[in-house]
Amino acid sequence: MYKIIAKHLNTYFGDAHILKDINFKVAENTVTALIGPSGCGKSTFLRSINRMNDLIPTFKREGTLLLDEEDIYSPEMDVVNLRRKVGMVFQKPNPFPKSIFDNVSYGLKIHGIDDEGFIEQRVEESLKSAAIWDEVKDKLDQSAMSLSGGQQQRLCIARTIANNPEVILMDEPCSALDPISTLKIEDLIHKLKKDYTIIIVTHNMQQASRVSDYTSFFLNGEIIESDETERLFVSPKEQKTEEYITGRFG
Amino acid sequence: MTKIAAEALIEKSLFILALFSCFVILIILCFIFFEGFPAIQEYGFFKFLFGTIWSPNDGQFGVFDMIIGSLYVTFIALIIAIPLSISCATFMAEVASNKVRNFLKPVVQTLSGIPSVVYGFFGLIILVPFVRSQFGGTGFSIFTAAIILSIMILPTIISVSYDSLRSVPQDYKEASLGLGATNWQTIRRVVFPSALPGIITAIILGMSRAVGETLAVIMVVGNVAKMPSSIFSPARTLTSNIALEMSYATGIHYNALFATAVVLFMLIMLLLVVANYVQRKYSIDIGGGTL
Ligand SMILES: Nc1ncnc2c1ncn2[C@@H]1O[C@H](COP(=O)(O)OP(=O)(O)O)[C@@H](O)[C@H]1O
Ligand SMILES: [Mg+2]
Repeated sequence: MYKIIAKHLNTYFGDAHILKDINFKVAENTVTALIGPSGCGKSTFLRSINRMNDLIPTFKREGTLLLDEEDIYSPEMDVVNLRRKVGMVFQKPNPFPKSIFDNVSYGLKIHGIDDEGFIEQRVEESLKSAAIWDEVKDKLDQSAMSLSGGQQQRLCIARTIANNPEVILMDEPCSALDPISTLKIEDLIHKLKKDYTIIIVTHNMQQASRVSDYTSFFLNGEIIESDETERLFVSPKEQKTEEYITGRFG
Repeated sequence: MTKIAAEALIEKSLFILALFSCFVILIILCFIFFEGFPAIQEYGFFKFLFGTIWSPNDGQFGVFDMIIGSLYVTFIALIIAIPLSISCATFMAEVASNKVRNFLKPVVQTLSGIPSVVYGFFGLIILVPFVRSQFGGTGFSIFTAAIILSIMILPTIISVSYDSLRSVPQDYKEASLGLGATNWQTIRRVVFPSALPGIITAIILGMSRAVGETLAVIMVVGNVAKMPSSIFSPARTLTSNIALEMSYATGIHYNALFATAVVLFMLIMLLLVVANYVQRKYSIDIGGGTL
């Protein structure tokens, strides 16, 4: 069974046709990488899945997008619950200007959980899953702003995990980080795979081949090719894919 | 002239101009202290500050009732203005569509351009009779003055809080919404706390304006130099005391008015220090510094 399915998905910002007839499937507990030159619609696709594009007044959509066979854009869909189930990690680490603890407990609190003991336990688990517990366990009440960029990004992952999501969307999560922090996040993605379905946008082809099981190549709002990562990189079927991964453009 | 020399010249001139403005303010301050000092010396500092009788003809110069009058009027004005203006700023910054926002912004700006005498006149013609008919008394009261003042400081608090709310990074909002928070939860738990230092600045500015406002207050507050017994009794503020009597005061009475200005100055300094302390404390609490 597929976790996420897109069928003939088209999106627009005003008159600009951004995503063109996207057909896409993601299996549960896999990592899928979205690659492609910038401006080709990777973020737009990702933000369609948790309906973050709804914030943009000019956004329009046609076609279907399913999460567990349920239409993400149906009028009955509870967006609050959708975004709890489909967490997002952004390109620039964006912790709240609050304490480390309050950052991680934020999602629990807004979803009405107020059992202190449960929250504390959950914060600890999430920080451990995000491989940052050892670095912050003695300063949970310090501001998240005092952490390094890489730590902030792992904190943002912990914050997402605390919500107990099923899918995690990552939009170039390492593009603002140094190589060592990048490696830590990649390790983390490997570990998270057994519990979560992950879709990651990346500009970095090595990263895509290191972390993902499947890869989709986007170009000008279309998916040119989707395949198992190894196969796509070793023997792409499409000329354009080959040109892109061998660095001839983009 | 070389580019570097030109830069140096511009920097120097800016420095001199800045120095000049500070100097002018300093001279005025010195003058006020200098002119006020004889009254304080002759009448006694504590007697002046805590005396409750102001009767220049009998040589009595206690300003305590007026300190209370100023604080009372300002405090009530803030109680009315803060919730109104912050709700309004939040609405404009976070809820309103672009169209509504572009309509409201110039309206608020216009409001801040209306001279105080017009507000005072409005108070005198509309509000004083209204308060008289609803709450008894003459209608000239702390309450009346506080309403007028609160309207006058609305635009200041609204526009400064609005700017502060708008400058909260979009990233924070996206993070919150992305975790499944509703718009309102995001405003209350992320946007508002991040904007708080700026909102406190807005309140400080509004407060300073309320303490210092003279003309509009004189027109509606009743100006009786007596301890107010309730919110509906008339009072006299420090500023109106100076404005009312300066045209005929001579001798020690004249000095006593300057001493009133000294007290006003110290009062404002005190309020600013308290407000700054609160602001510093909040900025540290949210840990983001000044946003
Ligand atoms: N809020 C928006 N309003 C209008 N156009 C947008 C908006 N966001 C993105 N776009 C456009 O959509 C296209 C795809 O952008 P994006 O999905 O961010 O690309 P990518 O993430 O692949 O670099 C770009 O041409 C961009 O200019
Ligand atoms: Mg992008």
